[in-house]
Amino acid sequence: MNKFFERRYVVTGIFIAIILALLGRLYYIQIVDDRYTIYANSNVRRTTILYPARGPILDRNGKILVQNEPIYDVMVNPKEVKPFDTLLLCKMIGIDKEGFDKRFTKAQRQSPTKASIFEKQLSVELYAALQEKLFEFPGFSIVPRTIRTYPDSVAAQFLGFIGEVTDRDIKRSNGYYRLGDYIGVTGVEKAYENVLRGQRGVQIQMVDSHGVFKGSFANGALDTVPRSGERLTSSLDIDLQRLGEKLMQNKLGSIVAIEPSSGEILCYVSSPTYDPNLMVGRERGNNLAKMYNNPYKPFFIRPIQAQYPPGSSFKPLSALIALQEGIISPSETFYCTGNYRVGNRIVHCNHGEAHGTVNMAKAVAESCNGYFTMVFQRIVDRYGVKNTTANFTAWRNNVMKFGLGARLDLDMPAESRGNVPTPLHYDNTYHKGAWRSSTIAALAIGQGELLATPLQLANLECTIANRGFFYKPHLVKAIGTQNVIKKEYIQKNYVGIDSGYFEPVINGMEAVVESGTARRSKIPDIIMCGKTGTAQNPHGEDHSVFVAFAPRDNPKIAIAVVVENSGEGAHWAAPIASFIVEKYLKGKITPRESGFTVDYFANANRLPDLSLYAQDLQKERRRDSIRAAKVDSIKRFKADSIKKFKADSIKKERQEAAYNNKPANWIKSLTGGRSKS
Amino acid sequence: MSTQQRSFFFNVDWLTVFLYLILCTIGWFNIHAAVYDPNHQSIVDVSTNYGKQFIFICVSAVVGIVILLLESRFIAALAPAFYVVIVLLLILVLIIGRNVGGNQAWINLGGGFRLQPSEFAKFATCLLLARYLSGTNIRVTEPKSFLMAAAIIGFPMLLIMLQPDTGSTLVFCSLIFVLYREGLSPYFLIIAGLFITLFVTSLLYNPLYIILILVAITAFIIFLFKRNRQLIKTMLIGLAICIAFIFSVKFIYTHVLKKHQTERINILLGITTDLRGKGYNVNQSKIAIGSGKLWGKGYLHGTQTQYSFVPEQSTDFIFCTVGEEWGFAGSLTVISLFMFLILRVILIAERQRSPFTRVYGYGVASVLFFHVVINIGMTIGVVPVIGIPLPFISYGGSSLISFTMLLFTLIKLDSNRKSNV
Repeated sequence: MNKFFERRYVVTGIFIAIILALLGRLYYIQIVDDRYTIYANSNVRRTTILYPARGPILDRNGKILVQNEPIYDVMVNPKEVKPFDTLLLCKMIGIDKEGFDKRFTKAQRQSPTKASIFEKQLSVELYAALQEKLFEFPGFSIVPRTIRTYPDSVAAQFLGFIGEVTDRDIKRSNGYYRLGDYIGVTGVEKAYENVLRGQRGVQIQMVDSHGVFKGSFANGALDTVPRSGERLTSSLDIDLQRLGEKLMQNKLGSIVAIEPSSGEILCYVSSPTYDPNLMVGRERGNNLAKMYNNPYKPFFIRPIQAQYPPGSSFKPLSALIALQEGIISPSETFYCTGNYRVGNRIVHCNHGEAHGTVNMAKAVAESCNGYFTMVFQRIVDRYGVKNTTANFTAWRNNVMKFGLGARLDLDMPAESRGNVPTPLHYDNTYHKGAWRSSTIAALAIGQGELLATPLQLANLECTIANRGFFYKPHLVKAIGTQNVIKKEYIQKNYVGIDSGYFEPVINGMEAVVESGTARRSKIPDIIMCGKTGTAQNPHGEDHSVFVAFAPRDNPKIAIAVVVENSGEGAHWAAPIASFIVEKYLKGKITPRESGFTVDYFANANRLPDLSLYAQDLQKERRRDSIRAAKVDSIKRFKADSIKKFKADSIKKERQEAAYNNKPANWIKSLTGGRSKS
Repeated sequence: MSTQQRSFFFNVDWLTVFLYLILCTIGWFNIHAAVYDPNHQSIVDVSTNYGKQFIFICVSAVVGIVILLLESRFIAALAPAFYVVIVLLLILVLIIGRNVGGNQAWINLGGGFRLQPSEFAKFATCLLLARYLSGTNIRVTEPKSFLMAAAIIGFPMLLIMLQPDTGSTLVFCSLIFVLYREGLSPYFLIIAGLFITLFVTSLLYNPLYIILILVAITAFIIFLFKRNRQLIKTMLIGLAICIAFIFSVKFIYTHVLKKHQTERINILLGITTDLRGKGYNVNQSKIAIGSGKLWGKGYLHGTQTQYSFVPEQSTDFIFCTVGEEWGFAGSLTVISLFMFLILRVILIAERQRSPFTRVYGYGVASVLFFHVVINIGMTIGVVPVIGIPLPFISYGGSSLISFTMLLFTLIKLDSNRKSNV
């Protein structure tokens, strides 16, 4: 024992105190603090999302419209990349050195230690070639995916396309979608996204510190299997669709054919169309840009977005309403001199033709403008001129029962309403109460403010074919094995016309094809009832319209065809419609007395000359830039101190904005030929 | 003679031996987990580090037994010679040593084994220090003896510093506890503690505030003892030194310490965060230990351990394996075993009649304590990473054998406590 004996307690005390402090810290990080467990899990777990195959889409006969094809993404993990033959890789996947650097820097920015996409969507052939050489490119790997493929390249506007989700999609889906996911952008892909996309699976794997996979986590207890998207059966008939697209090539316009007994759309042509295969694969971006810049607007879905004055094709509807309202009887005659006087204007029949004595059937068959103006005038003036507004409203309601002026709720996005003008519109245009039946007489013959989409016109024919009701048109008839997809698709929508009133009108429509304006489009052995129309177009030649259904008894198909800038309905729309009807009813096209052949119409080019519109555009642009300059000068005046370059940049921006407004005008001028009332 | 022989095994402190064996076994199993290779599953497969560790344990056992069979008085007598040999080895390693990770600390022995003389330097220094301080008329309180003792400790420190191996160098600082026990003024401990505190706080906070606080404390103490002129004088001088130190910290930090050292301190103090680079090791180590929770993830089931997220895990960061796979229960067990061992060593030291054994015993306790606290402390991010092994547990032959020598020499000396050395 020495005199410093008691110091053992000091030393022991210090030791114990420090070790206890260490233990306290350990207690804190191991038991109290939960963060480290989370960190450890995120270190070691890699959650891979397993993408289900998107549902295929079939036509009504089970033929494939869309299916999936395997493609391969090249991934790169920058951390694992070692020097290799860069040129060889570039050559194999078809990029240059700059492209390589760009992609590699991008991948490195995304994550220096995890694999990110280097090059998307290699074909099977490229994949096979690359797979053999892959060992020479350390850090590169290949991940299989699927893309959409369209074996027949038809019905692009119906099918639409898919694309990577945008930030807005992600936000709207409450985080269901993640960056890089695909979503339906247009068409059926968008409308049925929820059933087509299927259910994603999740696979949780373990990785070591180098990112090397080390097997599944918890033996896959938390993994889920992806479930493929549902198979959609569309109502389209692929053969009819193909024929329709062939007939409409080099023309602007659309064909809509509907099965009246179900509302199923058989043919849905929008022209110009494009090969839907262009919307997938590595060239997608370039193709998209090309499409957007195409002045004929292939992305404009004409069957539901284009709105035309129905022209004479509206006349049967006018007649039906008149009959139902007891305004006129089918046998009542009218003497047509070729000119009919309404108020202080004169309505001419086509080509100044005088029809002489016409009854209802004959008026329909020969498209007598005078007759229908007279009938319309009688309806609107029924309870006296003082009650024009009420009378007109009643007429308008009757028209709208046929599905005009409102969306038909087709199972596709972006449908247009069409237009049936309201009394209010006329109150605003003229003075309240200052318009009369004579003012709006153009409506009687489907002109004026009336606008309808081809879908609405086809639906109108369905109603006539069914003698008084229609089923809501739709494009998808079955999801998976479920055959009734919406209750409203099997409900009859009555239009408030007694079935007995249809026969005189249908007689007239039969005569149109048998001996009337469309007689050259007569189909051997089939009685087709139709009506030609000529929609006036202030921007160029009139649009050729034809609506029909066939056969007369127990109709199987109702159709509307619009060929833009092609003049009379009988010349272009009617023959095209007759081929579709014949193909559908007979399965083949037989030679015609008139000598019309499919090839003749398929090869005809009716694309409008765009130089006419270029002038319009120039005018528009000049006006915009003047406006922009004006706004600009006000701005400059208000803020004198703002430096000139800023003002200049604003000006430039505005001019650019004005320039970018162009497409909207293009569309209007190309397709929305409104007539002057 | 015969009675002495018979009493030999009774005199061996079996409890210490038992603690030693448990720690070695724990170490071996945790190394197995840390560098587990599914292709070489056997824990005695010598192509792996856990197989090698088994060999080291066997060699250590032989070394331990040999030490127990030595004649006690040789140990004291050979202390200077052993010290000289180690010093020569330390010089040799600077010339022919192998540079691993920036430290020229290893001499290649061939066959995949190598010797780290600095590990043995602790043992030699403890022995010579014990030998010197147990000499007659040697008092640490006298400046001459103190300087001599400081020189014995300082010389190997200097040589190791040249490697440069900061961790091993700092281990020698722990011998201040030995000097304290032998009569060194407690002010040395207090001042050491004060300077460490000042260093850390002046890095963390604005030095101006710290000076203000120091001035306030000094003023308060002077106010309390205003009669005591001597105290006032000491306090003022102390204050001046402290302020000078605070101002020199910045200088030390930028000019004396090396870049990697300042980085480690910065990360430790949270001045900078760099979880992918310099701070990666400690961060992953904390994640490993922290995710162990109470009972751990189970043997060979630690994700951080098995998927090698913590570098150096079998050596300096072996405690991660304990923390992750055995949880707080495991940490508590290992730390308790160490605490128990250290307290036992102090108890052994105190029951000696011979000052040599007592001084030596305190040396052993201090070195063990320093290693345990610093090693575990750095794995949980409370002390800077200075790379010293966890005794008996970390992978490494030199470390294990030198600690075995350190401990078994004490056991041997203790077994002879009834006879005079």
